[in-house]
Amino acid sequence: MTESPPPVVEMRGISLAFPGVKALQDVDFRLFPGEVHALMGENGAGKSTLIKTLTGVHTPDSGTVQLAGDAVAFSSPGQAQEAGISTVYQEVNLCANLTVAENILLGREPRKLGGIDFPAMRKRAAEVLSRIGVHIDPASSLGEHPIAVQQLVAIARAIAVDCRVLVLDEPTSSLDAGEVAELFRIMRVLRGEGVAILFVSHFLDQVYEISDRMTVLRNGTLVGEHLTSELDRRALVSKMIGRELGALEAIEEAAEKHQADGPVLVRAEGLGRRGAIAPFDLDVRAGEVVGLAGLLGSGRTELARLLFGADKADSGQLLVDGKPLHLRGPRSAIAAGIAFCSEDRKGEGLVADLSIRDNLVLAMQAARGWTRPLSRRVKDELVEKYLAALDIRPANPDALVRTLSGGNQQKVLLARWLVTEPRLLILDEPTRGIDIGAKAQIQHLVTTLAAEGTAVLFISAELEEVVRIADRIVVLRDRHKIAELDGGASLDEVVGLIAGEQLPEGVAS
Amino acid sequence: MKNRLLWPIVALVALLLLNLIFTPSFFALRIQDGHLYGGLVDVLKNGAPTLLIAIGMTLVIATRGIDLSVGAVAAIAAAVTCVHIGTSPDFGTALAGMAIALVLCAVLGLWNGFLVAGLGIQPIIATLVLMTAGRGIAMLVTEGQIITVNNNAYRQVGAGFVVLPVSILISLAVLGLVAFTTRKTALGMLIESVGVNPEASRLAGVKSKTIIWTVYVFAAVCAGIAGLMISSNVSAADANSNGLWIEMDAILAVVIGGTSLAGGRYSLAGTLLGSLIIQTLTTTVYTIGVAAEVTLVFKAVVVITVCLIQSPKARAALSFRKVAVAS
Amino acid sequence: MTALTTRLPSRFLPVLATVVLFVITFGVGSVRYDGFASGQVIANLFIDNAFLIVLAAGMTFVILSGGIDLSVGSVVALSTMVTAAGLRAGWPVPLVIIAVLLIGSTLGLLMGLVIHKFDIQPFIVTLAGMFLARGLCFLISVESVSIKDTTFRDVATAVIELPGGVTITYNVVIALVVVLAALFVLHRTRFGRTVYAVGGNEQSAMLMGLKTGRTKVGVYVISGFCSALAGLLFSLYMLSGYGLHAVGMELDAIAAVVIGGTLLAGGLGYVLGSLAGVLVLGTIQTLISFQGTLSSWWTKIVIGALLLVFIAVQRGMIRDRR
Repeated sequence: MTESPPPVVEMRGISLAFPGVKALQDVDFRLFPGEVHALMGENGAGKSTLIKTLTGVHTPDSGTVQLAGDAVAFSSPGQAQEAGISTVYQEVNLCANLTVAENILLGREPRKLGGIDFPAMRKRAAEVLSRIGVHIDPASSLGEHPIAVQQLVAIARAIAVDCRVLVLDEPTSSLDAGEVAELFRIMRVLRGEGVAILFVSHFLDQVYEISDRMTVLRNGTLVGEHLTSELDRRALVSKMIGRELGALEAIEEAAEKHQADGPVLVRAEGLGRRGAIAPFDLDVRAGEVVGLAGLLGSGRTELARLLFGADKADSGQLLVDGKPLHLRGPRSAIAAGIAFCSEDRKGEGLVADLSIRDNLVLAMQAARGWTRPLSRRVKDELVEKYLAALDIRPANPDALVRTLSGGNQQKVLLARWLVTEPRLLILDEPTRGIDIGAKAQIQHLVTTLAAEGTAVLFISAELEEVVRIADRIVVLRDRHKIAELDGGASLDEVVGLIAGEQLPEGVAS
Repeated sequence: MKNRLLWPIVALVALLLLNLIFTPSFFALRIQDGHLYGGLVDVLKNGAPTLLIAIGMTLVIATRGIDLSVGAVAAIAAAVTCVHIGTSPDFGTALAGMAIALVLCAVLGLWNGFLVAGLGIQPIIATLVLMTAGRGIAMLVTEGQIITVNNNAYRQVGAGFVVLPVSILISLAVLGLVAFTTRKTALGMLIESVGVNPEASRLAGVKSKTIIWTVYVFAAVCAGIAGLMISSNVSAADANSNGLWIEMDAILAVVIGGTSLAGGRYSLAGTLLGSLIIQTLTTTVYTIGVAAEVTLVFKAVVVITVCLIQSPKARAALSFRKVAVAS
Repeated sequence: MTALTTRLPSRFLPVLATVVLFVITFGVGSVRYDGFASGQVIANLFIDNAFLIVLAAGMTFVILSGGIDLSVGSVVALSTMVTAAGLRAGWPVPLVIIAVLLIGSTLGLLMGLVIHKFDIQPFIVTLAGMFLARGLCFLISVESVSIKDTTFRDVATAVIELPGGVTITYNVVIALVVVLAALFVLHRTRFGRTVYAVGGNEQSAMLMGLKTGRTKVGVYVISGFCSALAGLLFSLYMLSGYGLHAVGMELDAIAAVVIGGTLLAGGLGYVLGSLAGVLVLGTIQTLISFQGTLSSWWTKIVIGALLLVFIAVQRGMIRDRR
């Protein structure tokens, strides 16, 4: 990567404020043709905002954007696409009710006699798909295909035009290892063709595997631009979080393993649900942390939802304290002392337009029913206690949860369940997308809770995290429980089990 | 909260002042035979059914729902009661007729709740079923005739006076009861929670379905009482015209009062203001001497204005222009 | 290939169900009543419902995009009023037609702009439009205005002879042309496919670089235009303008679209389904009038029941897909 060609994108002094938030302050960014450029930063650092400024979703308050030397100001994603900037977002942003071909070509479809030329469109779509090695029927509905294929269709859409700049905003979060490898193969092909690729990922391994250069943002400001080969991981992480790594190391020390010998609290016997998770057996004892390891789509969330009654099992039974419990829904699980923090904080966890106070007491109030309200005094005591215990900021009970940062939202969700004093706490990806400080606090909380006798079922995409804090690790693959390891298991062991025979690239570290 | 109510209050005051200009005696109140009369009392009396339905609608809308069937339900309540009373002048018959009607309304509310909470059908379309079929049912009950009754007990509901018109007292009592119940129990919070995020509420153990069911039954009963008021006021049930378009007025009242159709946070005080605005508007159009039918034009203007004022996007556009002018 | 065979039925199932329903209701009528199964009865279905077909075609666009238009019935009334008043004032027929179509499209444009630019729910905006249009009728005249213009009356009464002695009016031809045009626009143009995209997932459509704003406004313009055209057809049918014409017709149009298999959430449905929906509604009315002893309110009850059945079927389909 020599510096000889001029940058294809050059953004200078970009500032953008939303009501109450300075999302970007005086950020410079450049992107060279034929390189993969990783945009790094924690949640809230301004990565997405910078991308959306480049792709015409947001208009900057000040600063200039140059594309191949010409000043540009896009007012819609359509304009940016016409100028050769294509974007693939984290969530698949396509229309499931249209065909694959339409999803790839709508907006620039071939025409004949004033209408869309569908045969030509399907042919063209098939060409684009085969260019990235995907072989599906262009006339099929997009919704019929799994998410990973939809993600590839999104990339096909991005490269169906003459694209000079390809923006990939966390494209790998819903892909398994094999699919990531496939994506990287495609990225290398495109890079070879001179396309400038902007890549965002939370997985450091992936970033180091594929990127040539990286730009680090923190709190909406530019920290620096580096060649990937010249910046080691430790230095990168400290640039991203802006402090020494002490916080994380502290938690590693704190997480001491112990063999729980308490009574079996919850036992699943052949519990399963067709299409979600194959029948499995599982014991969870009081006072232990059971980690669930597996890739996305391995059935880890599905398993948790069955234990909580969020979905109904169609086989097997659940025993609590040795007695069978028929779960009709979350309410019966809650009554039995089971709590569940969903991975989808916004969609299934918090009630964004209610205050911190209302969110905190929601589960407890729901269990009591609407006719027996908690008194104001009891509420205030609970709220005060948990705001302090979990260091929730702002410590204003009347603040709407919508306005909090990801980490604080997660803590509010946790607190909602802690209020009910659960005997089994199921945490599905409680540390995803939150800053490292909050992450350490939550991990610490998990170990403390276990020490006090609560059983915790801990799910995380970050295997290191699972290995670090779990007393026992249940490994899932392809919607089957395949193994149970004790807390002394090494990361390599777990990775090997998850990967089956072949060790996937991009997962092991 | 207070901010949200500012504009509705301004609108109401402006309308009332307009009335004062055209009818200087508008605010005058007089007592005759122990009954209170005057322009303001008329506004309240005529607006009582809409207010009542709007109260039920507020709770339905707060759960992300909407109930289009309330007008038809009102017509059914009126039809059932009047057919039951027939030619009887008895107090008991009137009471029994009203009781039967309201129980029937509760059942219709259960039906709506079943479609929305049980089958998970979009509320707008689920209640469209009863909106369409309901008037047919009301006509079935009255066999297409206008049923007139001559029953003094029944007449009290819509036309009676206890210092103030009975209909106002009923509507305000229901408003007070709902405000008290939602504030003093956890019902209000749980309704808002279900409205903002139904799935999160379910996973937190909230009985979302029960709550949704409750608000639809409540809305239907409110509609039933409103239907009784309307038909009692003229001592007749007309399946075709009783409560026609009242669902639209009620929805307008709720929206003008600042409750978003997207569900979540609601304001009963806002709904009261909204109902008053709509009724005052109707009165105003009448007092300034325009054909009553033209009220519709003014309603349209008020709705759009209030919606624009409450829309964040419109506000942003407006303030942007101010900034541009200033600089 | 298995994907193809399993896919086609599920996508077309609601429309097929509507067509089957139409055949069944018509079959029931044919078996029970003499003279029901005649070409003229079918032709009359089209003649009596031409305006509803046009209305439903416009409504299909709006509902496919995920919106709703409550104003259509009132716009029909306004159009009859403008037509009648214009002709009474001695305007030439072409001018009246242009004026009516312009007014309808402009109302649609305004509503679309408010919905799009200010992010206000379509339900409430078109409700305001409904009030506005009906109020404007009464501003013109509170009374019914009859149409005496000879050209207009000639067109209204003119018939086209089809083979077999069946006659139809020009209204039917216009309605069918509208359906064909709607078919072309929805399935063969970028605008039409964007309507589906917006109804499927608006955020995605926007990020795909499609012109969602223009599309959202566009469907209301189309609906407004169709309502105005339906109003012209309705004037031809009634030969009068009146502020109380077409009360509640928006509900008939919505019912026809839903019975025609279009998903109210948007993104799935067909114009031909809506046409079939109108025909089902028309057949039920014809059936009840042939029956003679059944009162007219049974029509409403049956339509309500049909709505229920179709909604339940749609609901089941959505569950299956997940």
